[in-house]
Amino acid sequence: MDWIQSLRIGAAEELLSTVGIVLLVGSAWGQTRRDARAINWLAVLALVAAAVITAPALWHGVRGEAALAFNGLLSGDAFAAFAKLLIYVAAAASLLIAPAFFEKYRAMRSEYPVLVLFAVLGMGIMVSATNLLTLYVGLELNSLAAYVLAAFLKPDERSAEAGLKYFVLGALASGILLFGMSLTYGFTGTIGFAGISAALTGHASMGALFGLVFVLSGLAFKISAVPFHMWTPDVYEGAPTPVTTFFASAPKVAALALTMRVALEAFGTQAAAWQQIISFVALASIIVGALGAIGQRNLKRLLAYSSINNVGFMLVGLASATQQGAAAMLVYLTIYVPMTIGGFVAILMLKDDQGNQLEDMGDIAGLSRTRPMLALGLGSIMFSMAGIPFFFGFWGKFVVFQSAVNAGMVWLATLAAMASVIGAYYYLKVLKVMYFDEPANRVTGRSDMVHEWLLASCAVFVSPLGYLVTKGLTALTMTAAGVLFPLA
Amino acid sequence: MNHFPILSVMLAVPLVGGLACLLGNARQARAIALGATLIDFALGVLLWAKFDVGGAQWQFQENLPLFSGFSWKLGIDGIALLLIELSVFLMPICILASNAIDKRVGEYMAAFLLMEALMIGVFAAQDLYLFYIFFEAGLIPMYLIIGVWGGAERIYASYKFFLYTLLGSVLMLIAMLWMVHDAGTTDIPTLMQYDFDPAAQKWLWLAFFASFAVKMPMWPVHTWLPDAHVQAPTAGSVILAGVLLKMGGYGFIRFSLPMFPQASADYAWLIYGLSMVAVVYTSLVALVQSDMKKLIAYSSVAHMAIVTVGLFAFNTQGLEGSMIVMLSHGLVSAALFLCVGVIYDRLHTREISHYGGLAINMPYYALLFMLFTMASVGLPGTSGFVGEFLSLAGIYQQSSWVAFVSTTGIILGAAYMLYLYRRIAFGEQKNADAAAMPDLEPREWLMLAPIAAAVLWMGVYPESFLAPMHSDIRAIEARLAATKPAGDAKFQMGKALPVGEAHAEGAH
Repeated sequence: MDWIQSLRIGAAEELLSTVGIVLLVGSAWGQTRRDARAINWLAVLALVAAAVITAPALWHGVRGEAALAFNGLLSGDAFAAFAKLLIYVAAAASLLIAPAFFEKYRAMRSEYPVLVLFAVLGMGIMVSATNLLTLYVGLELNSLAAYVLAAFLKPDERSAEAGLKYFVLGALASGILLFGMSLTYGFTGTIGFAGISAALTGHASMGALFGLVFVLSGLAFKISAVPFHMWTPDVYEGAPTPVTTFFASAPKVAALALTMRVALEAFGTQAAAWQQIISFVALASIIVGALGAIGQRNLKRLLAYSSINNVGFMLVGLASATQQGAAAMLVYLTIYVPMTIGGFVAILMLKDDQGNQLEDMGDIAGLSRTRPMLALGLGSIMFSMAGIPFFFGFWGKFVVFQSAVNAGMVWLATLAAMASVIGAYYYLKVLKVMYFDEPANRVTGRSDMVHEWLLASCAVFVSPLGYLVTKGLTALTMTAAGVLFPLA
Repeated sequence: MNHFPILSVMLAVPLVGGLACLLGNARQARAIALGATLIDFALGVLLWAKFDVGGAQWQFQENLPLFSGFSWKLGIDGIALLLIELSVFLMPICILASNAIDKRVGEYMAAFLLMEALMIGVFAAQDLYLFYIFFEAGLIPMYLIIGVWGGAERIYASYKFFLYTLLGSVLMLIAMLWMVHDAGTTDIPTLMQYDFDPAAQKWLWLAFFASFAVKMPMWPVHTWLPDAHVQAPTAGSVILAGVLLKMGGYGFIRFSLPMFPQASADYAWLIYGLSMVAVVYTSLVALVQSDMKKLIAYSSVAHMAIVTVGLFAFNTQGLEGSMIVMLSHGLVSAALFLCVGVIYDRLHTREISHYGGLAINMPYYALLFMLFTMASVGLPGTSGFVGEFLSLAGIYQQSSWVAFVSTTGIILGAAYMLYLYRRIAFGEQKNADAAAMPDLEPREWLMLAPIAAAVLWMGVYPESFLAPMHSDIRAIEARLAATKPAGDAKFQMGKALPVGEAHAEGAH
């Protein structure tokens, strides 16, 4: 009975691993372009099915004992379900945009969807983990797939470089994380989140605090928060754009959700200890992300710094250490994912008439006159990222600031809000180049229809129409975030 | 209430029009934009006609709980009514003034129509967050208007405009979040009656001040304004001076004063100090400008300083005077920018020294320009006089020194405006091109004549404009009465003479 329930709770993961293995075997035979496309579509279907399996847990607000599987190693609760749904959407988008890009380089191989599926599987385990070991297994499964994906465009040196950098630094971060986990285990005597939380009630020993710091540092690398952000611009620039889209969206959701669970569930009783760390990391990420982006000419690098900046804002929600703060982070993530996917899809659509990818700031000069709809799409995403109302990106910033203010951290909200003005500068710069400058007329290539549709739907979501979903979104995120907190 | 949602319709008309403009070609876009703004103007007239003067404080209320944490809540009082009227009155004129725009007309018109919707939204919003969204979103179309259709230095000006205003606004946002957390409501009328802790009021007031002072703009954060004005196209300047600056004053009168009465009293010295500097300093700066638009921009800063002084007089005269100065300045500075636009379209320079003796070849233009110059100076019979007189009379009760220094602004104002007028309209015709310019064409008459009529109306019979806001101003005065600082004019009642003696004296 127990096993049946465990298998039922882990159904989405089981589905994804089965499909992943089957497609992997299939891809050994199917190496033509058509096969790769078919496998890509099958992977998208698998993600849709996984989403359908996952959704009820969120809908019913499953939590606590009822959600635990495999003797408390995994939890299929509403929080995990929310994060997984976002991950599936992001991963599906990254799959959909891939063929048009890779086929230009004759590099559309069926391993791409398979690797994405395995990465997604790892992420699903990450966000459901209620135990340090499952956490690590999920994280590594995701990371190993990601290292390969970063280097996927074999002929491109930058891609290989990105893969290597990602691997070396990622391995270092995993080491830091493991070290922190071992300290935590040593000083609490358990690797289960509930046990750690119980052991850390009251005054925590120095060793346990060291463990906490190292665990958070390792996770900060994964979410590319300052001061562990250095790899991000290089990897984002070097990796093939569909892979960058994937990196900037799905793993970010997974790592942030994981950080939330670790901080609020495992170390929830020591909130005062990590709130300072998270506050510093949040502010540093916002400021470094904003300042770093100012000088960038490469659009992918610019969006990489922008993602560092955005992570900073999300961490403001975590720093408030309340249910509202956690819900605010989830709201931010829900808006951030379409925003960032839209941004990278717009970059994918910048092609010259030979179909070569363009990604320099100078290439989009005067885009509003040569490609008005593309400029409008990218422009709304930029305004939205800058957090200017009435674009929907404002709502994400709004809720995290609100949670910080309600938690009595007015200073944090004030500093973060002021730093957001620095960030606005470089988003405006993109707009300035597109709308104010004379046309460079370099973006002449035709866009793929899937890209157009994706960009259009992202742009509609970040438009003021997005506000209409705020009611439902608030209810869902509050349910999901509530899982991380003991019932009052 | 089940009435016709006129405010929402007034917001929707320009939005729909804006979308249509994006789709049509240049000629269609102009026609659509003019049509949409005229419809909105007609709705505005209807709004005023249906407004029950002396009736309920908040009228035409709508409330749709569409969003999480805030709602689509609109409603107006007399103050908001007048500012909405100003916006819808100026918009068709702006569209007419945009004849010289020949590139990307559809987008231009769409930006203007979006701007109109947002302006109406700012004045009609009754929900704190909704207000913020409208207030802040106004930056987007203005940024595009300056950046795309502006002059040579447009890029710098657009950035400066955007970032300056944004920095002020985000502080206000944090203050709003705190207020809602404390008071538990986002409803503006409720918040206007809510008593915040006096210690917290100070911080909240400063945060709102950061936003409104930049928007207003007050010295020393006014420097974005001359840049923005000079670089913006004519219609952009009109909207900027005519309506956007009024958002700062509206903010003070709607938020700072009634929500934080204690802090307003405590920080009155700050307002007085900055305003006095602004009146004298920017007037002197205006005196030495060689660029017409820059001169008018600096004069705006000086006029806005009179507004702030009047608002922080804490009495009916001061508050009503400030409102009239805002309305009057909205009309007059808009008209002055249009006048500059008229000759700029002909000669493509704003340098004062290129003109001269225009009264000879453009007599009608010189006549209207004279009227607006006089209104800006504050000549009795024009709108400028009413507002300035009332505000200064208001502040005189509070502080005679502030009144004294602020009044020099009128004298300096006369100096720089008349000097400007002399150099442009009188004297010899030094420049053959300028001497050959034709007089006003019908389109320009259509732009300037309605404003001239409104300026005279407001100057001769200001009660039409004062009546809708009397009761609202009185409510604010009552709210401020408990905390307002004592004035420095310590009037003492003289001893009345005995009745008989008084008669005897009178008999002489």
